[in-house]
Amino acid sequence: MAGINATRLVKEYPGGVRGVDEVDVEINDGEFFALLGPSGCGKTTLLRSIAGLEAISSGQLVIGDRDVTDAEPGARGVAMVFQDYALFPHMDVADNIAYPLRIKRVKRDDRRATAEKVADGLSLQGLIERRPGQLSGGQQQRVALARAVATRPDVLLLDEPLSNLDARLRLEARTFLKELQRDLGVTTVFVTHDQAEALALADRIAVMKAGKLQQIGSPREVFQRPNNTFVAGFIGSNPMNLVPATVSAGAIAIGDAVSTTLPPGTEDHVREGQSVVWGVRPEYLRWTTADEPGAIAAEVSVVENLGASVLIAVHVDGHKLQVVVPEDHEPAPGDRGYLVPTGSKTLLFDAESTERIG
Amino acid sequence: MTASTTTPAGSLTAPRRRRADDVAGLGTARAGIFVAPALTLIGLFLLFPAVWTIWLGMTDYRLTGLQAASPEFVGLDNYVEALTDPSFWNSLWLTLVFVVASGIVGQTLIGFALAWSVRNIHGWVKALIEGLVLAAWVIPASVASFLWLVLMDRRSGTLNGLLGTDGYAWLIEHPMEAIILFNIWVGTAFSMQLFSSALSAVPPSQIESAKMVGASGWQQLRDVIIPNIKGHILTNTLLITLWTFNTFTPYLVTAGGPNGKTEILSVYIYETAIPGGQLGLGAAISLIMLLINLVIALAYIRVSRGRKKG
Repeated sequence: MAGINATRLVKEYPGGVRGVDEVDVEINDGEFFALLGPSGCGKTTLLRSIAGLEAISSGQLVIGDRDVTDAEPGARGVAMVFQDYALFPHMDVADNIAYPLRIKRVKRDDRRATAEKVADGLSLQGLIERRPGQLSGGQQQRVALARAVATRPDVLLLDEPLSNLDARLRLEARTFLKELQRDLGVTTVFVTHDQAEALALADRIAVMKAGKLQQIGSPREVFQRPNNTFVAGFIGSNPMNLVPATVSAGAIAIGDAVSTTLPPGTEDHVREGQSVVWGVRPEYLRWTTADEPGAIAAEVSVVENLGASVLIAVHVDGHKLQVVVPEDHEPAPGDRGYLVPTGSKTLLFDAESTERIG
Repeated sequence: MTASTTTPAGSLTAPRRRRADDVAGLGTARAGIFVAPALTLIGLFLLFPAVWTIWLGMTDYRLTGLQAASPEFVGLDNYVEALTDPSFWNSLWLTLVFVVASGIVGQTLIGFALAWSVRNIHGWVKALIEGLVLAAWVIPASVASFLWLVLMDRRSGTLNGLLGTDGYAWLIEHPMEAIILFNIWVGTAFSMQLFSSALSAVPPSQIESAKMVGASGWQQLRDVIIPNIKGHILTNTLLITLWTFNTFTPYLVTAGGPNGKTEILSVYIYETAIPGGQLGLGAAISLIMLLINLVIALAYIRVSRGRKKG
């Protein structure tokens, strides 16, 4: 068991492109940690740098109390599960699981015993003599996990662990993965581009963009208090509404006609006339047909059914916003009404730096 | 789709059944017309010479003289003569040495080694190495053999010039080694190209999985790479074996000499049939060679089938 500590980590490719740019991250022992970001943001490169599959250009990487910046992949106490599982097609399940032990020159009988025990723990009983080609996607993933944990690594790395599973299996595997991680207590870092996956699984999330860290925090923190407009727009199954606005007379002016109150705690950090971005999640806007204090006039343009709720797109003075409305109260396109923001859940960002204010 | 669905129930006249494998719906006669030109060509240029060779092999047909005009049927005499002639067995043995050393060991191993070492190189270095190896393969055999003659020439040859061994007759002192090296030089490009594409098809994540558990380069090769490219290795070995077995190009370097020391089977047949004039005997040995080819091919097919089942 060990924590991971990366200091000013840089992975630079020939030509000067930085896949990972001065990343500082401290992952605690036993933590379930997510690297989240859109494709090309450097999250997989960071994971592969921790694994030792990418040479680190500069900076330092410590796992446990050992500096492993230049250590071989096999000498870091790290195991990895690849996105495509990377099972050896010519070996049966038992040999696949026992492969790391074979490299470590464990005796054949001991290898077999360990493989069977680990396979049992991951409910792979009865599949031990099959080839990977004869297994379902979910089973293949569990074999890959079994192979990774068979050597009791200090750190477990998972590259997009759920992306190769179909939607229904994905939810099942998510729960399974969380349980497994808790049972083993192994420090686990996983890469995902799916914010819902990160929110559901991780103890803490690092959001990345263009090789740089944007924010590290618990799922609640990154969801409720995103550091900047990028994180705000990336986290949440319906992206946060981000509306350009100006500070005017102690309130937020959206266009000429509409205004709303400043989010709590931002009053002392803004100046008159400042260009800002007002952020509110679609879930924190209430749709009403009656005007009330602080409400914003809007017109419905599109209605999308989400099952237990509907997502409506509305126009507010030329800006497009999304609102989640509970079922049975759905308006029709063309309807006029009012949006009431939940004041405590709105955010304000500086238009220029995109950083959160307050 | 089936005929019965279009026939009213209870009808006594059964409609003509369309054969299940007749996908195009042409019927045998019309389909036959379509393939006839191809079959004619194959028959004329492949089948007829083969049958002709079988017949020739059972006559005393000669290039010149009385038997050239009216060859006589001699049954299996030619086969008996060939199989009891020590020079035939000597030639077969030389062929075996040649195939194993220059084909299976030389071209396959060196081709793999080249493919393996350039796989992580990119840019002009890779293009240069691949280009050089490929050049040896694409230049005409007559040019290639002339290059080697110039290289190993006794007087003012390049090799003697480099080593300072003027007057040393490489092609007389080491004729077999010379044609083995020559054939490796000519043919390695194929194995290299085939293994290059095979290696690039090995999933990188499998190699990285092995790296992650601390597998050495050799262990990665043994546990991941070779199992993944087994099929390619088999195909390559089959093709190389057959090509090397049948190649005639070494004749252009040593002409089978000195003293029959490089008289591999293809050269032996040529020497028997054309300068020797014994076309009948040559045809008989050709047929033996064809049978050996078939045995080799069947053996490989068997191995590859067994592999797929296992």
